[in-house]
Parts: sequence; C-alpha cells; structure tokens
Amino acid sequence: MRNAFANELLKLAETDDRIVLLSGDIGNRMFDSFKDRFPNRFFNCGVAEANMMSVAAGMAMNGLRPVVYTIVPFVTTRCLEQIRVDVCYHQAPVTIVGVGGGLSYASLGATHHSCEDIAFLRVLPEMTVICPGDAVEVRGALAAALRQDGPAYLRIGKKGEPVIHDPDTPFEIGKAITVRQGEEVALIVTGNMLPVALVAAELIARQDITVEVISMHTVKPLDLGCLTRVFAERRLVATIEEHSVLGGLGGAVAEWMTDKPDPLARLKRIGTSDRFLHKVGNQAFARQAFGIDAESIANTILESL
Amino acid sequence: MDRRAEAFELTHGIDRLMTFPDLKHMADVQSKPADSREIARRIRARLVRMSHDARAPHLGSAMSCVDLLVAAYWSFLDIDPTRPDDPLRDRFILSKGHAAAALYATLAERGFFSADLLETYGRDGSQLPEQMSPRCLPGVEAATGSLGHGLPLGLGMALAGRIQQQAFRVVVIVSDGECNEGSVWEAAMMAAAQQVRHLTVMIDFNRWQATGRSEEVLAISPLLEKWSAFGWHAVEIDGHDIGGITVALKHADDTPQPSAIVCRTVKGKGVSFMEDDNNWHYRIPSDEELAAALRELREL
Repeated sequence: MRNAFANELLKLAETDDRIVLLSGDIGNRMFDSFKDRFPNRFFNCGVAEANMMSVAAGMAMNGLRPVVYTIVPFVTTRCLEQIRVDVCYHQAPVTIVGVGGGLSYASLGATHHSCEDIAFLRVLPEMTVICPGDAVEVRGALAAALRQDGPAYLRIGKKGEPVIHDPDTPFEIGKAITVRQGEEVALIVTGNMLPVALVAAELIARQDITVEVISMHTVKPLDLGCLTRVFAERRLVATIEEHSVLGGLGGAVAEWMTDKPDPLARLKRIGTSDRFLHKVGNQAFARQAFGIDAESIANTILESL
Repeated sequence: MDRRAEAFELTHGIDRLMTFPDLKHMADVQSKPADSREIARRIRARLVRMSHDARAPHLGSAMSCVDLLVAAYWSFLDIDPTRPDDPLRDRFILSKGHAAAALYATLAERGFFSADLLETYGRDGSQLPEQMSPRCLPGVEAATGSLGHGLPLGLGMALAGRIQQQAFRVVVIVSDGECNEGSVWEAAMMAAAQQVRHLTVMIDFNRWQATGRSEEVLAISPLLEKWSAFGWHAVEIDGHDIGGITVALKHADDTPQPSAIVCRTVKGKGVSFMEDDNNWHYRIPSDEELAAALRELREL
C-alpha cells in the first residue's frame, strides 16, 4: 500500500501544484522521486509531529494541499490536539496519511501498534476517516481526499499486501464496495483486513453458508445506504478491523444501529480486544493473539450463527 | 546591560536592541510616536471596559501586549483593512489567544470592523469569543487559545508563501508562558533549518504565567540565548517602546534567518494597580476599579 501511495502522490502532484508532502523523518528512499521532481514541495519535518501537523494546517490555510506522512501512532495520537485545533477546527484541507495501520508493525511493539487511531480521529468534527483495503483503494482514496476541501485521514498498511480490486474499480468517499456476494452473513471490513476477511468468508462458505464481503473503506462518513440494506437482508453482520472493538468501525456501526427502531440483523464486532499486546511477534502472530486471523474470524462467525 | 549578558554578546554576537543607538535611525514610523502612544492608550482603556463588561479574565495578559500590537499594525504589517483576504497581505497571529481582546480592539481601531462590535465581546451569540475562533472577524488569521499552535501555524504560512512565491511576512506573538510548549521549539528548529526569512516571533516576556513567575515554573531563562541557540536572529527590547519595537520589526525583516524579538513587558501595563500583579491574570475589574483604571488612562 505504501508504494501505491508514493506513486499516486507523485502522479497527482504533477497536475496539482498545491500538493506539498511533509514527512516525519520517515520513508527513506520512498520519496526520492518526489524530492527530485518537486524539491520545493517536500519537507522532512523531523521527529516533531506536533509542529509538522500545524505547519501543514498553516499551509492549507494558504491554499495548499499538504499531505502529512508518518507511522500511524505518531501522525494521529501523538499530535491529536494539533489535528483537532489547527486542522479540524479551521477546516484546513490537510490529508493525514498514517502508514503501518493496526498491527502492521507488530514486531516493533505496542508503541508502534495502532488499534485506537480510528476511534480518536473519528470523533473529531470535520474529519473524514478512510482505511483503504488494498493498493487500488489507496490510490482512489488519496485522489479523492485531495479533491475535497476538508481534512482527511488515510490509514494505510505497509507494503506487499495482496491487491483485491480490479485497477479500474471506482472509488468514492463514503461508498462501500462489495467484493463478494452472499445471502446469509455479511462481513463488513475496513482497511488492511480486507484480504483476511475474504479468506474467512471462504472458510465460512465451506459450511454451506453464503457470505457477502463489503469493503467499508470509509469509516466516517459511513455508507448508511449500504448498512441499511445489509442489516435488512442478512442474518448476521460482522464488522472486521485491525483496530480495537471500541470506537472503530464496529463502534461506529453499533452507534448507528442503536438509533434504529426496526428489528435488524445481529451485529458481531471483530477487532482487537481492549488491551496492549505484550507478546513479541510479527503481524500474523499478533492477529492470532488477538483472534483476528482468518481462521479465528471464521470460527467466531460460525459460533455466532 | 548586565555583565553576564554583555559577556554573552561578546561570545555570540547577539544584537541587543535594548541599547541599539545605531539602529535608531532606521525608524520610519508611519504614525508619529505620540500618535502611537495615544492609540495604545485608547486600546488599553477599551480592554479594561471589555473585561469589566463581559466579566472576562486575562486582562493583565491583554494589557501586556498592546504596544506590540500597535507597533505591528500601525508601523510594520502590510495590510489593508478593506481587503482582509488579500492573498499578498502580511499575516499576523496572536498565539497567546487568551489576550484575544487586545487583538479585537486593535483590529477595530485599525479599521477592520466597527468598534461597536467590541461591546458584544464574550456575550451570548457574539462574533467575539473570549479566544478567537476561525474567521470570527475580518483580520483574524487563526483560532488560538491552546498555546503552542500559533508559531507552527505561522511557519506553515510562511513556507506556503515561499512555495507560492508570495513575499508576504508572518508575525506571531507568543507569551513567555507559552514557551513552555514543546511545539514552540519544534517550530523554532524547523524554521531555522528552512531558513524562513519572513517569519518573526515576538515574545511577550512579562515574566508571569497563569500561576507563577515564568522563570520559576520552568527554566525559561535565558530566553534570548535560547532563541539564538536555536538558530534565530534574536534581539531583546523594551516591549513598551513602540518606536523601538518598530525598529526591531523592520530590522528582523532584513535578516536572512527567522527572527525572535524578546520583548520585555509588564503584565497589566498602563494601570498602576494592575502592573506586575499576577492576580490580574484572572481577576475582573469591579466598578470602582474600572473607574480608577479609566482615570489613570485619562478616559474619565
């Protein structure tokens, strides 16, 4: 996903001279082409994320379209107040891009895990929250975020994730994409769990249960039309995310559902539990530890039916 | 100049505009010093009334920076009150947002909007919150109030000007208490790394923060040397000498580095019983105190 981001940003910057890239001393070599092509529009802001976020807001208030990039915890919770006051309160069109969403950097320890960022950014007024599920969604989300006139947060994974979508798949903020058809169960997934959800769906389908898989890349604003349809038609709806079950996609869907008067399908939230992971291991290991690998998800769904 | 400062100057080559006779001749003040003092007097009287009428705190902080605002708005900033959104205008940010009343009164006096609006300050439904909200009034560049945001924002604006090849200047006023915030120093380092020429910060160094002496709460001293060590062109001046402030601003604009002007001020300046008394950070004048203050300010 991160190479898709760097390539797409370079492409967009060719035609939009308002685009400026601010990096928090990260992305070694990744932005070499951007730096060569646009030396005046690249800033290594050092390990000083609070300042970086406000600088971006100041640029956006003067007509530019800054893109702020570093690892998720440092570009979100580290500088949350700058995002809240300088970006959101001023409705400054800053695009915040966090790399290493969820457990992407599991082996670096919980300082580098990000299982709370969606919750924090989702509650900020004016903020749009997008968690692309593959490289195609990254490209679409970045272009869409830079086309609009307000703050946006893009939570991307790392590199080498499987590509799920056809490259021409249209992307619209707040418009979910169905990637697998099914009648009984719907898996609504956001971000880098998209390929995991598809494997889980396959495992569930082996039990003769049909499963729909929906990429809900935009957590804010939610695709309410999609949710209304799915909750009316399916027996069980599960949200899947590499994020805490508190406050993320599952939390957002639960909030929406609570205000609905009609009988709805049951909701099952699947995500990380409310704790730090103290065990050492890579992303696959960490997903197993939290019970959000494909097999665990399939078992959870089957037990919930 | 004390001996320690003198020794420092010899080793570091810092200008100390406290004693800058060689720069006096640069003064090219649009308004005569006497006019500026009269404007500052009117603004201070207005501030006492606003605090009293709205029951709003932070009067001491607002009084402290009036002369800085008058120097910037009458003798330095390239602004047109009838065109507050001109892309080429100089940008000014009052980062110590708790002194917002001082900016409102300054903007009204400078002609950005009617002074009648000041009477709505802090009232329900008013355009004038106790601390600025985004675009609340013509001439307000940024919402501040949470400290440590204005300088990074101003740095972003100055860099935007450089990218867009617009030579506007950015002036930010921060308080000395605000220099507790790490983000101020993050911005200081980045501005120096980027050699942002058109960025000037004025530190309203009244030596008080909300609940104590700023030198005692955190080790803020030596402030001038800190800015200098961070790669800024740094000077220290009397923050109530409007002519001197103007000279410092113009001189700052001529240096290739970002500039810090450490302005020695007195909290509550202009009213004897408020001066250097930190109770006036939060205290609101009674009717009697209002009358006494206005008498001192020759308004009654």
